[in-house]
Amino acid sequence: MLQLALEVGQTAKPEAVMFWILGPLAVVASLAILLVKKAVHSAILMAFVMIILAVFYIAQDAAFLGIVQIVVYTGAVMMLFLFILMLVGVDSSDSLTETIRGLRPIAITAAIGFGGLMISLLGHATLGRQALGLSAANADGNVQALAQLLFSTYVWPFEVVSALLITAALGAMVLAHHQRTIIRPTQRQLSINRFRGESLGTAAGLPGPGVYARHNAVDVPALLPDGTPSAESVNATLSARGDMLDYKKFDLSEINTKVEEEK
Amino acid sequence: MDASNYLYVSALLFTIGAVGVVVRRNAIVVFMCIELMLNAANLSFVTFSRINGDLDGQVMAFFTMVVAACEVVVGLAIIVTIYRSRRSASVDDASLLKR
Repeated sequence: MLQLALEVGQTAKPEAVMFWILGPLAVVASLAILLVKKAVHSAILMAFVMIILAVFYIAQDAAFLGIVQIVVYTGAVMMLFLFILMLVGVDSSDSLTETIRGLRPIAITAAIGFGGLMISLLGHATLGRQALGLSAANADGNVQALAQLLFSTYVWPFEVVSALLITAALGAMVLAHHQRTIIRPTQRQLSINRFRGESLGTAAGLPGPGVYARHNAVDVPALLPDGTPSAESVNATLSARGDMLDYKKFDLSEINTKVEEEK
Repeated sequence: MDASNYLYVSALLFTIGAVGVVVRRNAIVVFMCIELMLNAANLSFVTFSRINGDLDGQVMAFFTMVVAACEVVVGLAIIVTIYRSRRSASVDDASLLKR
């Protein structure tokens, strides 16, 4: 009885506290991955979930896997995702609008069905015994025990996986390689195109963004000599993202120039 | 605390990942949801390894991580290639087979 109390107080309880704090956080964060609009926010939440999973691994006597999870997943894989996100940029596919009608209700119903099935299955399953724990298997240390298994029983899968890694690296190089189908235009050709093009309007280069008395950032279009705003003066990414401001806000006639007297 | 609680979290994460794959349109987010499903499976492996008291589950989780890394590398390269030709990372736009 005393032994049990000691055990509950010293080993099981901290893990339970850790689990009941981090478990719900992991579920909420992964739900948020689906609900946030920007892919970058999804990536950050994903990294958060992966770190929580690493803590779970370490708490379950899988220290090696926990470290690998942090190094490989949050360190390498998520950074790769962020690189590709920066490469691809922001586009309309970020929006959460439903393109296929009725997809969302069907998906949620199916998910509730599947999740409910899994959880009720787990609830009814009897594992036959209490959790054995890994203290015996990890007696010489987790890394040593894993290495023993990896280089004896699982040596063949290990070699196959290494071949897979090399193939994947080669495949990525081949896929990402970009062969030019047209000859790169020379300075001379670019210059000729600019002056012999449809209009001379952009011969001297595109107009810069607007500079106003109260606002000189790059998100306001410049005014052309005839008073119309020039959409070309604002970066295409900004206008695609809807971050372009209306120039009228900074028009002098719109600004309240009355000075209020201080009382 | 019962070790099988981790299995419930794993089941929930897997389900959420599956919904994300179906619902989201940005190919990169879809990919992240696949990663979430793989991670949920890994959590199950590690938990069962603890319940059974041997390390085979952890070795399986290790292999899953390696395969997931390969999958990410190739998948992201495909996304970049598709983006280059179509200027879009939406999974709805790559529908040549439909037409």
